[in-house]
Amino acid sequence: MSTRTHTESLTVPRRTRRRSSPNRPAWEGPPTVLGQTGKSVALILVALAVLFPLYTVVLTSVSSNATVNAAGGMVVVPGEITFSAYRQILSGGIVTRSVVVSVIITAVGTILSTVVSILAAYGLSRPNSLFHRTILFVFLITMFFGAGMIPMYLLVSGLGLIDSLWALILPGAVSAFNVLILRSFFMGINPSITEAARIDGAGDWRILWKIVLPMSGAVIAVVALFYGVGYFNSFFNAMLYINDNAKWPLQLVLRSYVLQGVTLPGSGAGQVNVETGAVTGLPVKMAIMVLALVPILLVYPFVQRHFTKGVIFGAIKG
Amino acid sequence: MTATATQTLTTSGPDTPGRKSAATPKPAPGRKLSLRHRLRRDGALLLMVLPAVALLIVFAYVPMLGNVIAWLDYSPYVGIIDSVWIGWDNFARVFQNATFWHAVANTLTITAFQLVFYFPIPIILALLLNSVSTPWVRSTIQSIVYLPHFFSWVLVVTIFQQIFGGAGLLHRVLANAGFDGFDLMTNPDTFLVLITSQAVWKDAGWGIIIFLAALGTVNPEQYEAATMDGAGKWGRIWHVTLPAIRPTIILLLILRLGDALTVGFEQLILQRDAVGADAAEVLDTYVYYQGVINGDWAFAAAAGLVKGVVSLLLVLGANKLAHLFGEDGVYRKS
Repeated sequence: MSTRTHTESLTVPRRTRRRSSPNRPAWEGPPTVLGQTGKSVALILVALAVLFPLYTVVLTSVSSNATVNAAGGMVVVPGEITFSAYRQILSGGIVTRSVVVSVIITAVGTILSTVVSILAAYGLSRPNSLFHRTILFVFLITMFFGAGMIPMYLLVSGLGLIDSLWALILPGAVSAFNVLILRSFFMGINPSITEAARIDGAGDWRILWKIVLPMSGAVIAVVALFYGVGYFNSFFNAMLYINDNAKWPLQLVLRSYVLQGVTLPGSGAGQVNVETGAVTGLPVKMAIMVLALVPILLVYPFVQRHFTKGVIFGAIKG
Repeated sequence: MTATATQTLTTSGPDTPGRKSAATPKPAPGRKLSLRHRLRRDGALLLMVLPAVALLIVFAYVPMLGNVIAWLDYSPYVGIIDSVWIGWDNFARVFQNATFWHAVANTLTITAFQLVFYFPIPIILALLLNSVSTPWVRSTIQSIVYLPHFFSWVLVVTIFQQIFGGAGLLHRVLANAGFDGFDLMTNPDTFLVLITSQAVWKDAGWGIIIFLAALGTVNPEQYEAATMDGAGKWGRIWHVTLPAIRPTIILLLILRLGDALTVGFEQLILQRDAVGADAAEVLDTYVYYQGVINGDWAFAAAAGLVKGVVSLLLVLGANKLAHLFGEDGVYRKS
């Protein structure tokens, strides 16, 4: 009897304390109009700061020549919509080729890096294994001391990799940071699970394949995204190692043609006649930017919810 | 098929009395095993690490050794082996070079400026977002602000060019308002502001992720207790929220200090030509132009090595500082 009244007296005030939002913690006072408005305005501004530039880039890329001319540049208010800029850059030529190059580098690089990193991370995940500390040290040192650009360039050219796509993959293929993210996740897996498998006679390859990998989907997705984005986005390696513009990745095309305004041979862009109704340079430029945006936007939603896991693991242990 | 270490020991132990491992009684498996046994037990692990270690040796450690050209009268046509050893001459040239010091000054200015105008922004954003209690608003904003982190620098700089450049949106708006000639992209005087805004746009949102995680560990009872003790909104931020993220703030501050000589290389090299070397030359771009463009390889390697060594010392020093503050720092003393 007494316990019952006790519980009731506890629940009743809590229910009355709930105000506008059920998620609002009890200790927060009632929301003030000023506070709520200020917060909302701030959040909307932050979101707009990110989204507005993307909006105008995408809109300009699908705008007709007339709309761009009327606007005097970047289009903010939608006018006539056309996809001719995309038809132009994707119908062969240097932009199309650069997309292919970027896709190849990203795919091959991401697979290579992720596989090598998973293996290394698992190999380093048993604290008392042979040479464990020494090998870990080999990884850690690379995080604190970089060799420098000049010796790196001399090495790559010494290996004959100038103008080879491998020059864009191999030098950065292993990131000690990503290995550590994976390693600390693997180390967090309950050892009794792997021990049980070991007693059943499973070796390390089997344990990695059958037990550890199926449990690590999220963190592997994050690491693969980090690698993939790195490969897709890097332009300086290509600027350093790739002279032949038929092998340029998309970012380098973006830099030369869009940022610096160089007219690329065979691109067809930038020389389009205004009167024929074909798009002028700007929509084409913006279309190239959208090409560089799309892969990120496609992968992002799937990996995004796992970020916290990956990043926090790395930050704590890194 | 691979037998585990314990199994190997218990089965083979009594049969091979001459072996060291068999002679030693072993209470804890994994300790005091012979090299052969440990190799048998951990061979698979070593094999797994091998590809990564091989890649690191070729593409991280060999180039580290390649820094030897900083002490040579190096020319690519002569090669490392046949180049003449000239001691510290290249380093002396670096230290006597006014442009080098100018690049150092630019680098440190950018670091200092961003420490004041970039560093606090993720913290403020995280506090703002943390005060939002509606889940969908929170996760939507999070998804939006993380996004630019994954854009390339080429993309970010181009976006800024289209908005703040000489043919950009803002120029047009201002020109219509009678103020012509606005171009943030080529103005050396506002370059610090420009690159800091770019860094904020690209990475400040991503920077909140670690603070949000730290904030998530705060026990709600602390807020409740603080409220009981009469703390208002700001009082709770000051006495509960900020202390909770203090270790994270110190850690990131230290990481930034250790990285003081590295300022967005790709970002800067993209804009150096537009704005001029005077404002935009930093250590990394200096090394690039001296070495790859001018072909003064040994000189550039010496400059790069100075940067690398000083950076290493800064990281170690910063970590020491963290320990003095009673924080964990980047790595722990074991």
